[in-house]
Amino acid sequence: MKRHLISAADLTHDDATLILDTAEELARIAGRSIKKLPTLRGRTVVNLFFEDSTRTRISFEAAAKRLSADVINFSAKGSSVSKGESLKDTALTLQAMGADAVVIRHPSSGAPHRLATSDWIGGSVVNAGDGTHEHPTQALLDAFTMRRHLAGGPGGGPTFHRGPGDGTGRDLAGRRITVVGDVLHSRVARSNVALLTTLGARVTLVAPPTLLPIGVEHWPCEVSYDLDRALAGCDAVMMLRVQSERMNAAFFPTEREYSRRYGLDGTRMAALPEHAIVMHPGPMNRGMEITAEVADSGRCTAVEQVANGVSVRMAVLYLLLGGNEPAVTTHRTEESK
Amino acid sequence: MSTTLIRGAQVLGGETRDVLIDGGLVAAVGTGLAADGAEVYEAAGQILLPGLVDLHTHLREPGREDSETVLTGTRAAALGGFTAVHAMANTFPVADTAGVVEQVWRLGRESGYCDVQPVGAVTVGLAGKQLAELGAMADSAAGVRVFSDDGKCVDDAVIMRRALEYVKAFDGVIAQHAQEPRLTEGAQMNEGVVSGELGLRGWPAVAEESVIARDVLLAAHVGSRVHVCHLSTAGSVEIVRWAKSKGWDVTAEVTPHHLLLTDELVRTYDPVYKVNPPLRTEADVLALREALADGTIDCVATDHAPHPHEDKDCEWAAAAMGMVGLETALSVVQHTMVDTGLLDWAGVADRMSFRPAAIGRLAGHGRPIAAGEPANLTLVDPAYRGVVNPAGFASRSRNTPYEGRELPGRVTATFLRGTATVRDGKLV
Repeated sequence: MKRHLISAADLTHDDATLILDTAEELARIAGRSIKKLPTLRGRTVVNLFFEDSTRTRISFEAAAKRLSADVINFSAKGSSVSKGESLKDTALTLQAMGADAVVIRHPSSGAPHRLATSDWIGGSVVNAGDGTHEHPTQALLDAFTMRRHLAGGPGGGPTFHRGPGDGTGRDLAGRRITVVGDVLHSRVARSNVALLTTLGARVTLVAPPTLLPIGVEHWPCEVSYDLDRALAGCDAVMMLRVQSERMNAAFFPTEREYSRRYGLDGTRMAALPEHAIVMHPGPMNRGMEITAEVADSGRCTAVEQVANGVSVRMAVLYLLLGGNEPAVTTHRTEESK
Repeated sequence: MSTTLIRGAQVLGGETRDVLIDGGLVAAVGTGLAADGAEVYEAAGQILLPGLVDLHTHLREPGREDSETVLTGTRAAALGGFTAVHAMANTFPVADTAGVVEQVWRLGRESGYCDVQPVGAVTVGLAGKQLAELGAMADSAAGVRVFSDDGKCVDDAVIMRRALEYVKAFDGVIAQHAQEPRLTEGAQMNEGVVSGELGLRGWPAVAEESVIARDVLLAAHVGSRVHVCHLSTAGSVEIVRWAKSKGWDVTAEVTPHHLLLTDELVRTYDPVYKVNPPLRTEADVLALREALADGTIDCVATDHAPHPHEDKDCEWAAAAMGMVGLETALSVVQHTMVDTGLLDWAGVADRMSFRPAAIGRLAGHGRPIAAGEPANLTLVDPAYRGVVNPAGFASRSRNTPYEGRELPGRVTATFLRGTATVRDGKLV
């Protein structure tokens, strides 16, 4: 593993598989009554959030605490940052306090990259979402969720809807994933295209042309403007959050028109193959990109994704900070018997 | 005033000649010249050029003396081989009155390193709403002929039309920063494959090209002349080429950095590469070089834009746009145009001295190297190879994109009206 996690595109197939397999082992902790490992005892993880994101922050916080790390939450709101303190001075402050890892969420694309390549800070940097660039741990938890549901059996061939833990050692070779929505502004889409492709999946992006970036034809995926055509034969469909304010900038005419053309409702869900899952990174705009009927159906993995997020983030922190021995040694030994 | 003899230089890269300077003028150009008591510059293997003229320099004074002053900026200019620079109007206060342009002009005279020709703002406060007193600036001691809201685009078509018409009365020119504002709201870098991957808001080529297209049509309609600042795209080249083919009075400049660097560098997220207009693609770079070679683009202008360290020592979106360029301009031009065979040294003299001086209507600069002409001269050692080290810059700012890069050529001497401002590559 590298020292930082900045971009899903930096992960090799082996890196990604190692993280996901480690997450599978760590996920078993969640089933215990005492959900805690001593692995990162004495280490300090700082959640440095320049943008409100309670979900992502508490997910990282839970992950670090389950590994016994000390967690400091630094929110830019109400801190010196809102008084004009620079990223650099904030970083130097954290460095002085002895942060072993900094989990950063920032509205500016590239801020985590800048932090990791500067000499401002010595610890590991984990990108928890930067502007409209990347959100690698989201892609990892999405891949983790897909792998559990969609990875083939040991002898090859599809074996769908398997129980937790069955993803170990597998990838997403040949799986077809459709990602729908505001790709232009989505760090989730960028990270997912990179990671899912690395894991062997075939990704199709679906959006109105206004919400696709210039140059998307050079991405390692297919692009479609037609949701109905893209749904047939896909193994997972991921609905991205679409902010209704986008219509004020003429990205689409009205919420209703967006919803009609690019929203997932019961009728469209029925057109999916029987095994296909519906994913959403949250928070959902019910009635916009997804109807309540779909969101509350058994095929929607949104809540499962949240749970998997903690396991994946534990794995990332463990691998960046912990070391080289297996994550859950005793557990592993017992299982291999 | 002392007498100076430059011995054995290749004049404009051609014949080897001695050049005698006396009383601020070129006294003689010939072979075997001798002068008792003259200070001698042995210039074998070196190129003698007319003093370079920059149409686009940000000296930051008044208002942002933390990034540059007229004194530090003109010292940087002299080291870069310039004998005249045009100081852009986006200072604090804005150079939109006779008072401010005269102040900048006077500071330039006091510096003594390089002539400073102020550029006047087109509109009051660069706000694009009301014409500044262009006539008062033209009639002032500064004698302003170039007007620009650079940093901002004169995007209102009526204001642009009126400005183009109005400056005809005193042979002025409007230098347009071509940037359609609505298409570039929040723009961070060139819009293309790289911006899509990096998730940085794009600055599309069409935002520049559409304004240039409108402006050349306006200039043709009212019979005035327009100058395009820092042209950066292959499409802009096509439009200027077309306008020139119509016989319209359109001129254009390109910066050294747009001749060399591409948006691939933004992948580092290092704000030293953040500039406006943004670094474009390799195809744009090649089109710009070709257009500078064939004369479609008239001149090289630095867009020297100093910024204090803290304005670049931050995340990309928070960083200021701009690069310093005076001290590296000639080396970049040698690297991209001369060493590639696209332009000879006579061409460099044309694009970096004769033409910019003519566009700015600058008397005394951009003159041939001949007896009786003002001795504004630059001596270049083209064989020199060096690594750019901003610690040695005379500019108060260090925001160069070339740090650590090897570039050819070095200005060994600069003469302003016969007086050396640079000797042996060092400020006098």
